[in-house]
Amino acid sequence: MSTALLPSEALTTVETEQTWFASAPVSDPNASMPSWYRDLQASSWLRFNELPVPTRTNQHWRFADLKMIRFADLTPATPCGQPDRLIARALEERPESFAAHFIFANNQLIHSETPDLPTGAICLPMTEALVSHGDLVREHFLKETQTLGGEKFAALHASATLSGIFVYFPKGCVSEKPILVHHFAEGEGIVIFPHLLVVAEDNASVSVVDYFESVSETEQTLAVGVVDLIADRGGKIQYVSLQDLTDQGAKHMQINNTRVGRDAAAKVGFINLGAAWVRNESLNRMTDKGADCQIFSANLANGIQEYDQRTLQSHEAEWTTSDLFFKNALYHQARTIFSGMIHVKPGAHHTDSYQTCRNLLGSSEAEANSMPGLEIDADQVKCSHGSTSGQISDEEIFYLQARGISADEARKIISLGFLNESINKLDGDSLKESLFARVERKFAQLK
Amino acid sequence: MPQSATLEAVKFDKDEGNFSYPEDYAYDAGYGLNEGTVDYISKIKGEAEWIREFRQRALKVFFAKPMPTHWASKDLENIVFDNIRYYLSKGQTPTRSWDEVPDDVKQTFERLGIPEKERKYLAGVEAQFDSEAAYSNVKEALTKEGVIFVNSTEGLREHPEIFRKWFGKVIPTGDNKFSALNSAVFSGGSFIYVPPGVKVKHPLQAYFRINAENFGQFERTLIIVDEGAEVTYMEGCTAPKFETATLHSAVVELVAMKDAKIQYITVQNWSNNVFNLVTKRGIAHENAEIRWIDCNIGSRLTMKYPGVIMKGRKARGEVISIALANDGQHQDTGAKMIHAADETTSNIVAKSISVGTGQSTYRGHVHIPKHLKGCKNNTECDALLINASSRTDTYPAITVRGNEHSTQHEASVSQVSEDQIFYMKQRGLTEGEAMSLSVNGFVNDLVREFPMEYSVELKRLIDMEMEGSVG
Repeated sequence: MSTALLPSEALTTVETEQTWFASAPVSDPNASMPSWYRDLQASSWLRFNELPVPTRTNQHWRFADLKMIRFADLTPATPCGQPDRLIARALEERPESFAAHFIFANNQLIHSETPDLPTGAICLPMTEALVSHGDLVREHFLKETQTLGGEKFAALHASATLSGIFVYFPKGCVSEKPILVHHFAEGEGIVIFPHLLVVAEDNASVSVVDYFESVSETEQTLAVGVVDLIADRGGKIQYVSLQDLTDQGAKHMQINNTRVGRDAAAKVGFINLGAAWVRNESLNRMTDKGADCQIFSANLANGIQEYDQRTLQSHEAEWTTSDLFFKNALYHQARTIFSGMIHVKPGAHHTDSYQTCRNLLGSSEAEANSMPGLEIDADQVKCSHGSTSGQISDEEIFYLQARGISADEARKIISLGFLNESINKLDGDSLKESLFARVERKFAQLK
Repeated sequence: MPQSATLEAVKFDKDEGNFSYPEDYAYDAGYGLNEGTVDYISKIKGEAEWIREFRQRALKVFFAKPMPTHWASKDLENIVFDNIRYYLSKGQTPTRSWDEVPDDVKQTFERLGIPEKERKYLAGVEAQFDSEAAYSNVKEALTKEGVIFVNSTEGLREHPEIFRKWFGKVIPTGDNKFSALNSAVFSGGSFIYVPPGVKVKHPLQAYFRINAENFGQFERTLIIVDEGAEVTYMEGCTAPKFETATLHSAVVELVAMKDAKIQYITVQNWSNNVFNLVTKRGIAHENAEIRWIDCNIGSRLTMKYPGVIMKGRKARGEVISIALANDGQHQDTGAKMIHAADETTSNIVAKSISVGTGQSTYRGHVHIPKHLKGCKNNTECDALLINASSRTDTYPAITVRGNEHSTQHEASVSQVSEDQIFYMKQRGLTEGEAMSLSVNGFVNDLVREFPMEYSVELKRLIDMEMEGSVG
């Protein structure tokens, strides 16, 4: 691929049915990056331009409002001014204990500290890791094939990302404390490309939290992120994303690929509080005996927000387990879409897999769409899914009213408890406390 | 491998309907489909001009619509529309007496036990042989009460004031490619009208038989049950096993007026070469009830999602479905519940069993739009996998708008537990018997929803299909 076109040249030669960009998103191709990385960028840009924009007949976009992905005049992000105010904001809201903290604004690293990383652990910004640990990154970088509808976005991400961090925990390397990563977006029409690659080798254990936030309340920004989590033999990874972008224009597309190997375990969580439009795609592969994956989500959708979540629990070996637990609290004219699939591949006997989606509707105009699916190609399996939609019952409110709590307050308390049930599945008390506080703050702002 | 024993059991079972008589038809539209075919069918039926125009419009829609393979089975691409015969009959008028039915046709239905069943417990019978009904009779007492039970041609010709109003209204021509195909070339089927307050005690039955190879059967059924009336309708279907693919594509429309009740029961046992692509939907007005009770055992590929549009307050819709997919079969079934009024309730219970390389699929669609109050839906789908190569899929879609409704959906996939089998073997049952007993237990609560005669037959059918299938 050494003859591949540079992104800017590629744009002029490839016709698209819809041009998202006024110019190629890579603003500063860094000459010091390894050549395989630059080739990947170039070929991905070609692929991005070749892939069609999803249409109505694409089953992975069923129920989705396709107007949300009609982009025009997107521009590459430029560095934010006055990074100190953003750093101050991020420091203020982080949990008390953490192993490392990185802050990115418009793809650029503006702050990093690593107070408590275990010996042997590699935890570096992508730009640095590509240079210092090029081969190690290459082995794991964007290897997963997308199948949940976001192929075009994944290609775009691969063509441009230089943001985010690379985390590599070698054999037996354990950290109880989470690694924190903040991503800020600022500027009308800009796109950020947050990336995260986490590898936990044999019996290693690592926890990472991504925060996505806007700088301005009214700017239209787009985040196209990819998170790859790889847990090897006995390894443990916990990942949670807290998305609290502005609901007046920010759009957030996040593609997660999680691969869980022999006796390894992964916890993957999505907390969505903000943004006008969110799409989470989460591919979870259990590739060897004893692999276990827990996926959960807590979403507070209000105003005219649309949250679109697509998941696949792919059981590819015998004796694997997975459990998905998604909760949506909906207000005003908010819409949610949950499309979950459990796929038990041929030979993956003794799979034990669950999938639950619960919708709490808090207004007469909110809309919840659920598509829980199963595809079972093996026997001796235990698979089930459940999906419910409903409202808070009058009895529950009455009970709290009888104890002197107003009906409005009662509704908030019950909804908060409803969402927190998901967050409670995480490990780490100080992390959980900080996340609870964020959700509670959002509820307090809810009209 | 006991797999072969399963095959054996299936073969034995299918034998009941696996026979055919030489083809001898007075009317034959030939192979392939074009405007001429449609005109031919319309002309020999002596139809009114508006029906011919309706057919021609539908044909254009059929040609224009793509195959729904972006979500459905790719097996649909194996249907060659040019190799199919769209109309075959010995005459257009069904007789009222078995004596007048042509010998080979009569023998067909006698072998299937239809005249005997009619004497025993049915209020009316229609027997369709390829494109047209050969026999149609309804008990005199019912005729006196004003019940109409005729085929589609007669219904549209003799009673347009009743049927035209709803014909093609519940399922519009353009609903899907196959409803458009049916609208272009429909023939046969049942048109039923039950006047206000009449409760038909015994079931009305239609029996559909395909005799000719490379044939497409396109019956059209429209059942209108007026205020406060009730009816139960049953249909059965068989075909001989040919080497080539046969197409069955029906459109069934039900209309339940205020306080009316309709129960529609299907036992589908087509041979394994039939593509069974059927569109079924009912409209339930205020306080009316429509129940689809559906059992799919035969066919190569079945795609059928009975639906209810609950248009009036407190209307109820229900789908009870059993599917059994054996080697080489794909049962793609489900339900569609559209809530369009306050306090409407719907219930879906689907159970499927996949044996050998069989594949069963559940597809559901539940829609509760905004500004409605007090709607409820319950969906349960359970799948049982028998062998390591069996497959099952579940694809429900539930849309709820507003906070005054409640929906719940549950699905599970399981096996017959080894403990259960062991327990029964301890008590002297063979492994096959134990398996049959378990599987029957799995579907038992649904089988009970079928009328007595059918439920006995169903149990027997499932017994045979399960024989020796323990993997």
